[in-house]
Amino acid sequence: MFEDLRDLYQEVIFDHNRNPRNFRIMENANRRVDGFNPLCGDKLTLFLKIDDHVISDASFQGSGCAISTASVSLMTEIVKGKTEQEAETLFTQFHEMTTGKTEEVNLEAIGKLAVLAGVREYPARVKCATLAWHTLDAALKNQQEAVSTE
Amino acid sequence: MINYPIEQIRADFPILGETVRNKPLVYLDNAASCQKPQAVIDSIVHTYSREYANIHRGVHTLSVKATDRFETAREKVRGFVNAASTKEIIFVRGATEAINLVAQSYGKSQLKAGDEIVISAMEHHANIVPWQMLCQQIGTVLKVAPMNRKGELIFEEFEQLLGENTKLVAIAHMSNALGTINPVERIVAAAHAKNIPVLLDGAQAIPHMPVDVRALDCDFYVFSGHKLYGPSGTGVLYGKQALLEAMPPYQGGGDMIRMVTFEKTQYAGLPQKFEAGTPAIAEIIGLGAAIDYVTAVGMDTIAAYEAELLDYATEQAEQIKGMNLIGQAAEKGGILSFTLDRIHPHDIGTMLDSLGIAVRAGHHCAMPVMDFYGVPATARASFAMYNTRQEIDVLMQGIKSLIEVFG
Ligand SMILES: Cc1ncc(COP(=O)(O)O)c(C=O)c1O
Repeated sequence: MFEDLRDLYQEVIFDHNRNPRNFRIMENANRRVDGFNPLCGDKLTLFLKIDDHVISDASFQGSGCAISTASVSLMTEIVKGKTEQEAETLFTQFHEMTTGKTEEVNLEAIGKLAVLAGVREYPARVKCATLAWHTLDAALKNQQEAVSTE
Repeated sequence: MINYPIEQIRADFPILGETVRNKPLVYLDNAASCQKPQAVIDSIVHTYSREYANIHRGVHTLSVKATDRFETAREKVRGFVNAASTKEIIFVRGATEAINLVAQSYGKSQLKAGDEIVISAMEHHANIVPWQMLCQQIGTVLKVAPMNRKGELIFEEFEQLLGENTKLVAIAHMSNALGTINPVERIVAAAHAKNIPVLLDGAQAIPHMPVDVRALDCDFYVFSGHKLYGPSGTGVLYGKQALLEAMPPYQGGGDMIRMVTFEKTQYAGLPQKFEAGTPAIAEIIGLGAAIDYVTAVGMDTIAAYEAELLDYATEQAEQIKGMNLIGQAAEKGGILSFTLDRIHPHDIGTMLDSLGIAVRAGHHCAMPVMDFYGVPATARASFAMYNTRQEIDVLMQGIKSLIEVFG
C-alpha cells in the first residue's frame, strides 16, 4: 500500500526504529548535548565519550519519529571508533546527502547512512534526519547549549 | 442521514478534484485552513478584473465601487454573527491579530499591574502569547483554568479563578487541538456576574456552527476568514461598541484618522479607528462571498452534517486497536486528534500523505495541551462541510495499513 514510500522508509529504518541501538544513558560521558526540533517536538540527548580525539562510545535518549530515531541510532553506531575529525567529515557528507547539495553521494564513505538519502525528496522531513547530526556537531565543538533545528 | 447536497458542494470546491501523489486528494486538514469554493475564487478574480481600487480614498468610480463592496462585506459579517452594528466589526489579518489588538489596546488601556486574565488549558498559542506579552509589559497575571482528561474545561475550577482581580476572560469557543466545544454561554454568564468581560476565540467554531454574538453576550469575538472558506489574510474582531469606543487605536496610519497636523491627530470613529493602512481589499470582499456561500447551505445544516461525520469517524476509530483518541469531550466539533501506539505522528503524516490524505501532525500550536497528555505531538484529522464518509473510510484504511507496516 505504501509503495511510493519505499525509498524513504527502508527496512533498515523500521528495524532501527523498533530496536534503537545505543539507546541508553551514558554515566561516564564527557560530552552531553540536547537536540530539539521545535517543529515536531522531537527531543534527543546525545552522549559521547571522547578519549584522545577518538569517540570511544556514543549513546542517546529521547523520542522522535522513525526517521529521526533511525538516524540517531545509525549515527551512534557509525561514529564509534572514529576520530573527531572523521566524524565531522561524516557530518558534512551526511548533510550534503540529505539536503541534496551533491548529486553523487560517496556511498563508500557514508556506508549504511545511505538508507536516509530518501529524505531529500521530502523537504518536510529533512530535519528529522539531520537533528542527530547537528547535535553531534555541537557535541564535537563542545557546545553546551541545546541544539535546535530552527 | 440528513438530506445534504454533498455532491453539489464538492463540485463547488475545485481543489477537491486534485490528485496528490497520484491519489485523489482527501483533505482532512481543515482546522489549519479550509479550501475555497469557486464563488470565493470568482469574487477575487472579479474584484481584480473589474472593480479594484483603494478604498475610502477616492472620488473616482472604481474607488467608490470597491469601497461599497468592502463595506457590503462588513455588513455580511455583521449579519453572519448578528452584531448590532457594523461599527462593531473590525477587519484584521486573522484571529491572531484580533487577539493582539485586544491585548495591546484594551489590555494596556484598561488593565493594570496585578490584574488577572483567565484563559484555559486548551488554548491555541494565539490566545496565550499575546497575554503573556501584556503581562511582561504591564505586570498583569495570567491564570489558567484546568481541563480534565477528556479535554473538557473543569467549570467549577474556572469559576473559582474568577476573583476580585480578574479583569478579563479569554477562552476558545472550540479547541483546535482537541475539538472541545466550551460551554461559552455559562462562561460568559459566570464572568458577567462579576463584571468581567469575555473574549471568545472563535477561530475554530466559526465554520462549524451558527454564532450569534448578541445571544452569547460575549464582549469580544475573533475569527479568521481562511478557516471559514474565505481568503487568507482576513480576520474579524467583533467588540461591543462601548468597549471599542473606549479603546485607543492599535496602529496608526492612513484611514484611521479624522484630521492630522504635526501637533495633534484626531482619530476616526469606529470601525476605521482600528483599521490603519490599506486592508486586504479583494480578500475581504471574498470573505463576504464565503459567508454568502455557507449561509446559503445553512450553518445549522452544516453543523448537523459534520456531527454525523464526526460520530462516524469516532466509531470507526474506536474499533482500531492501537489508535488513541486525544480529546473526547462530550461537546465536540469535527476534529479527531489521535496517536498510534509506537508510531510517531510525523510518520503517520508522511505515510497518509503518500495515500493522498492530508492530515496535520504536530503540536497544533498548543504545546501546553501536548504536555498535558504527555505526548510530543498528535496526528489530527479535521472535517469540513465537504468531507464524506468515504473519505473517512480511506483514512481509517490507511491507518490500519500503516499500523501493519510498522508492526
Ligand atoms: C483556536 C485557534 N485560535 C487562533 C488561531 C489563529 O488563527 P490565525 O493563524 O488564522 O490567526 C487558530 C488557528 O489555528 C486556532 O485554531
